[in-house]
Amino acid sequence: MITLSNVVKSYGRGEHTVSALKGIDLEVPAGSISGVIGLSGAGKSTLVRCVNLLERPTSGSVVVNGQELTSLSAAGLRQARHRIGMIFQHFNLLESRTVAANIALPLELTKTPRPTIKARVSELLTLTGLEQMGERYPSQLSGGQKQRVAIARALASEPQVLLCDEATSALDPHTTTSILELLKEINQRLGLTILLITHEMEVVKAICDQVSLIEGGKLVETAPVGKFFTSPDSKAARHFISDQLSLDIPASLKERLLPDGAPPQHSHPVVRLTFANDKVSKPLISHISRTFDIDISIIEARIESIQRWTLGLMIAELIGDADTTQQVIDHLSSLDITLEVIGHVAGTK
Amino acid sequence: MWLGLSEAMWNRLGQATLDTLVMVAVSGVMSIVIGILLGIALYVTRPDRFLRQPLLHAILGIVVNIGRSVPFIILMVAIVPFTRLLVGSSIGMSAAIVPLTIAAIPFVARLVEGSLNEVSPGLIETAQSMGATPAQIIFKVLLPEARGGLITAVTITLITLIGYSAMAGAVGSGGLGAIGINYGYSRYNSVVMLVTVMIIIIMVQAIQMLGDWLVRRTRH
Repeated sequence: MITLSNVVKSYGRGEHTVSALKGIDLEVPAGSISGVIGLSGAGKSTLVRCVNLLERPTSGSVVVNGQELTSLSAAGLRQARHRIGMIFQHFNLLESRTVAANIALPLELTKTPRPTIKARVSELLTLTGLEQMGERYPSQLSGGQKQRVAIARALASEPQVLLCDEATSALDPHTTTSILELLKEINQRLGLTILLITHEMEVVKAICDQVSLIEGGKLVETAPVGKFFTSPDSKAARHFISDQLSLDIPASLKERLLPDGAPPQHSHPVVRLTFANDKVSKPLISHISRTFDIDISIIEARIESIQRWTLGLMIAELIGDADTTQQVIDHLSSLDITLEVIGHVAGTK
Repeated sequence: MWLGLSEAMWNRLGQATLDTLVMVAVSGVMSIVIGILLGIALYVTRPDRFLRQPLLHAILGIVVNIGRSVPFIILMVAIVPFTRLLVGSSIGMSAAIVPLTIAAIPFVARLVEGSLNEVSPGLIETAQSMGATPAQIIFKVLLPEARGGLITAVTITLITLIGYSAMAGAVGSGGLGAIGINYGYSRYNSVVMLVTVMIIIIMVQAIQMLGDWLVRRTRH
């Protein structure tokens, strides 16, 4: 539905050139919700603005609804944009118009007959749960209601694609959830393809089918959301996820970690385990403890649920002699569990 | 008659008030229409805007600045040949309307550009994302969203024109300024002077109140 190929966007000329996007390839399947996640300044906003050419890429191809947008005339591009809805972080509603008139705006632009506009607006008010709000002005609405108006407005011209530029970043967590539910609902009911960019992991976890991580103007990994969180291929993605899920090494443990190099005698390895789905529900730790006759001290652990996937994260100290702990590490690694030896701590004896 | 002024003087004052209103209204309407167009042109042609024309933008900017730099009293005299060409005379009410209009156009243009600048660029971007044409952006988004600022601009312009029209009285335009100068100032008739000033104060006050009321109505 959306295909970006080798999209580059640079600003300035000569030595002062700054590249916001350094060759983006992205395929958003029809009917899916795809997310692009990244930190501030990674190029997310530029990326989503390149999809409807609010920013014209320096080079590369942008195909939406089977149409190469970069080669369209100004009029052709306007035509294509009627089929691409967009919502923004700060809602961008017209303060001079009522809610209903805001929603009607895209239809006025295409010179839709008045009775059709009226019918369509009331349909959209119902869809977005704003039945009673039609005659209010944006200044009388809450943030969540404003974003609902913006969504209704974006859907007015019956687009096939909806672009969301940090659509929930200005909202509180509760309102975020309700807006995400609305997006999911219209995705399923209308078969709308959604591309959203966000810096919020929760957004991606809640509704995305596919997720891409953007760093320094490049997509470092694109994967189905389950795979992205449970077994990402790239080091960058692993790093980002552990950063965002804040499974950092606790300060108390950090102090005890021995300097790098060959572990001395009577030291114990500290490992970080990431295990997905069915592994989470198995009594893994007690089983290993019994089989290998060692003690396992759990320093930190939690379970994240991501739509229908579960992700277990744990930092543990393996207390046993060097041979046995190595066996445990080998065994765990063979089990399709991501294991990382963080370091060693001095043994108690 | 009241305040010791003759009936003839009161009639003169009444006619002068009417003349001032006509001068301000005619030059006001013309300068506001042309000034808004010029203000929109300044806004949309800026290099970071949707009809970018850097050269045109720079030229318009310079022309507007020149127009605003020339003191009104000098402008009035300087364009006498042009005024004659246009209305056939360089004295009287219709002759005063020409310099009043020309002086107010760049003034209005800058005020309009300023109030358009207050419209969030996000709204323009949103309209573009919907596939709006430049004309649709201007008429459906830019002007309606800026209307509070535009009404304020019109109010300020009309009040400034009242002041200018009084100045035009000094060179034979008629109106309240002429009465004030000819009867009040030159003949030391302080009552006439006071009455003309009072009438001007009432006009300014009325326009300001009307403007404020209209601006309040645009807020929701």
